[in-house]
Amino acid sequence: MNATRQHPDLNRRAFLKVSLLASGALAIGVHWASASGTDQLPDGTWAPNLYVRINRDGTVTILSKNPEAGQGVKTAFPMVVAECLEVDWNDINVEQVPLDDRYGRQVVGGSYGTPDGWDDLRIAGTGALYLLQAAAANQWAVPVSECSAKSGVIHHKGSNRSVPYKELLDGAAALPVPEVSELKLKSRPEDFTLLGTFVPGVDNRRIFTGQPLYGCDTRLEGMLYAVFEKCPNFGGKVLSANVAQIRELPGITHAFVVDGTSDLTGLMPGVAIVAETWWQANTARDQLQVNWQTSQSDSTADYDRQAKALATGPGETLRADGDVESAFDSAAKIIQASYYYPFVSHANLEPQNCTALFHESGKMELWAPSQNPKSGRALVAEVLEIPEDRIHVNLTRIGGGFGRRLRNDFMVEAAWIARIVRRPVQLQWTREDDMRHDFYRPAGWHHFKAGIDDRGRMTGFDHHFITFGKDGRPVSGAGLSPGHYPAGLVPNFRLRQSLIDSHVPTGPWRSPGHSAYCFAYQSFFDEVALAAERDPLEFRLDLLSRSFGEPPIDLERSSATLRIAAEKAGWGRDPGPNRGLGMAFHFDHGGFVSHVAEVVAMGSGIKVEKVWSGIDVGPVLNLSGARNQVEGCVIDALSTAQQEITFADGAVEQSNFYDYDLLRIGQDPEIECHFIQSDHSPTGLGEPPIAPATPAITNAIFAATGTRIRELPFGRAGISVQV
Amino acid sequence: MRGRNMNQVTLNINGQAHTLDVPADMPLLWALRDKLNLVGSKYGCGVGLCGSCTVLVNGVPMQSCTLSAISLAGKEITTIEGFAPNNDHPVQIAWNDEDVPQCGYCQGGQILTAAALLERNPNPSDADIDDAMSGVLCRCGTYPRIRKAIKLAAKVAAEKGGAA
Repeated sequence: MNATRQHPDLNRRAFLKVSLLASGALAIGVHWASASGTDQLPDGTWAPNLYVRINRDGTVTILSKNPEAGQGVKTAFPMVVAECLEVDWNDINVEQVPLDDRYGRQVVGGSYGTPDGWDDLRIAGTGALYLLQAAAANQWAVPVSECSAKSGVIHHKGSNRSVPYKELLDGAAALPVPEVSELKLKSRPEDFTLLGTFVPGVDNRRIFTGQPLYGCDTRLEGMLYAVFEKCPNFGGKVLSANVAQIRELPGITHAFVVDGTSDLTGLMPGVAIVAETWWQANTARDQLQVNWQTSQSDSTADYDRQAKALATGPGETLRADGDVESAFDSAAKIIQASYYYPFVSHANLEPQNCTALFHESGKMELWAPSQNPKSGRALVAEVLEIPEDRIHVNLTRIGGGFGRRLRNDFMVEAAWIARIVRRPVQLQWTREDDMRHDFYRPAGWHHFKAGIDDRGRMTGFDHHFITFGKDGRPVSGAGLSPGHYPAGLVPNFRLRQSLIDSHVPTGPWRSPGHSAYCFAYQSFFDEVALAAERDPLEFRLDLLSRSFGEPPIDLERSSATLRIAAEKAGWGRDPGPNRGLGMAFHFDHGGFVSHVAEVVAMGSGIKVEKVWSGIDVGPVLNLSGARNQVEGCVIDALSTAQQEITFADGAVEQSNFYDYDLLRIGQDPEIECHFIQSDHSPTGLGEPPIAPATPAITNAIFAATGTRIRELPFGRAGISVQV
Repeated sequence: MRGRNMNQVTLNINGQAHTLDVPADMPLLWALRDKLNLVGSKYGCGVGLCGSCTVLVNGVPMQSCTLSAISLAGKEITTIEGFAPNNDHPVQIAWNDEDVPQCGYCQGGQILTAAALLERNPNPSDADIDDAMSGVLCRCGTYPRIRKAIKLAAKVAAEKGGAA
């Protein structure tokens, strides 16, 4: 059962830690210790993973531990603390902290920030309030139960006395710290006053006035700028390069070959060029001549040929429930279809970059827009042979993550260059570097066969998935869980897998896997429903009404999102000529999302007019951030469904927004979000809304035009999205 | 080897004159970012396709990655830093009320382009907005909010009794 996420270590216990800082501020942290022992750092210091400071002027500082990539954590997390601490949002300051093991997990990924932080944040806020209330009660010699808190003030009703938090800090610090089990943590939407409301982002002012925030905005005294030329053919090594000639060019301070390693996710071979300005470094590339030694020639055409050949084979059976072949023999009808989606790029708008300074003391300092800076630090430590405790990583705001920045190749490149240059260096990739050296979402082929009985229910389901692998296992981002629905929803089920050898870098792309194969599943469900002459909504609700063995997802929560999206969209109405409605449900990363899309056909083009979304991720923290993620996911799905990355001679053929254009304003649909505010613990929203968006749209395209999209991008079916 | 191919140019940026030595072909974007440490204008594509580097040249939105710095002597250049540093322009107010950004990387370009649109068209239709804003990409997909915010900014400006 993967409907809700538990803390990976159920035996861990939380402790509150409170101290008075030199500034007089009251600092509150939460410390998780395993039941068997303590989690103290080797030097014996206490290891909090969150700090809240209540300052002498009455303001509250909340330290933001996770990187901010647009997912909204830097605003939503402090909201949780403010909610539990009963302080006004205007009195909150948020500070981004650097990478520091005391803070625990510091990752943007897997939509896991919210479930990871939920308890800590509530414990810190509630624990602080507990102490402040106790301090006020002591001061007035009244029972704590008679004291209430609001807007940073403790009030005693009986005597009509009030005291602001800032006057209670010393008293609170002197009190014994409560056991976490004594704290009443708010958990139900109806208890919230700030959570669930629409709160603008804490960095907005700095964004709107162009202040430095992002990795590429880092400016250090005496800083140089670098570019790094890698072989367009993945894995290519440098045999020779005219670096002596490059060093003579205007503004160039350094040019050198980096031998690198053979790790596609690490330091690849290349040529570094460093200059007084980035423009000069990059312009020098026009004169750069490199002899590359290449070892592979992967191409999209060859992948297609291999996929075709594998399709007729048996593949490796990953799961077999019941007897699929007998089910097909006794089926009233057989439906077969094949689906394909291409490789795609993350296309972060801020191209990869990192700033590095190698101090004379041997310490490496980095400013990195990384989604997973801790693994970046480990990579730098490994490749440069510097102990991790000599590497300091500052976290910057990130100009788009989407999974690309879970890989830290740009960090190790910058660190390597900085150690040679011995001055602060900013490595800035070009758009072309970024598009040609991504970790792509892998392409995939899905061959489906379903048998239905005379009531139109699926009795047998065979799925042959052709994906990419190495040494018999799918490469990063290419795997499919054998437990994925419709496994468990169909009595006779078989999943087979075949692997194509690949030498190109792949990796997690927003909702890894799900964002791709949900398109195939949910489109095919529509085909089965129509072949069975059943309504697509009724067919799906029926599919979710029973399971065979362990249900693959929480059937009730999934159905509820489908019902609300359908109801709000007016499912069942006649949308009129050249119009159609399509739907899909999905579950991933802890979140349940269904969409209904309305499409209008316009000549050879289509317009997605509106999308209605039903979402259950438990209580919504920041309504603005939550809606933003739903809107962003729907638009990302529509944008990406029009793009593809192709390979020829071992290299990517696309290079910039000429040939990988993202959705433009006007092509975006209206998006209406309906959140089911259930009592389940909140989960993240950066990923769950994207997977079902693509098939909701393609199913609506079929309803509007009669064209069944079985291959992406849309262009393969001659369909374009109009403004 | 330094100093070769350098040209001196005086640029009027955010109401201040800056004299600097730049390579003849250096785009304004890199003069702003690397010479003047004005990093609000962002690099996204380098070929004028994404609009993250948008600045106003004599009030007109232009993509600073494709304009050579030396060609802009005598022009009034406004970057996002100098546009409304107090964050009180109707477009900034509306952008906050609608909480437009996700990652925020493109938003400087979006705000300057929107402000220029409202300057010449105080009450734009959806089609006007699509037309004016289509050169500025948002990878995160904040377009529905950009549209709402432009309409709100138009209203805020009208209430203030002047053009945005």
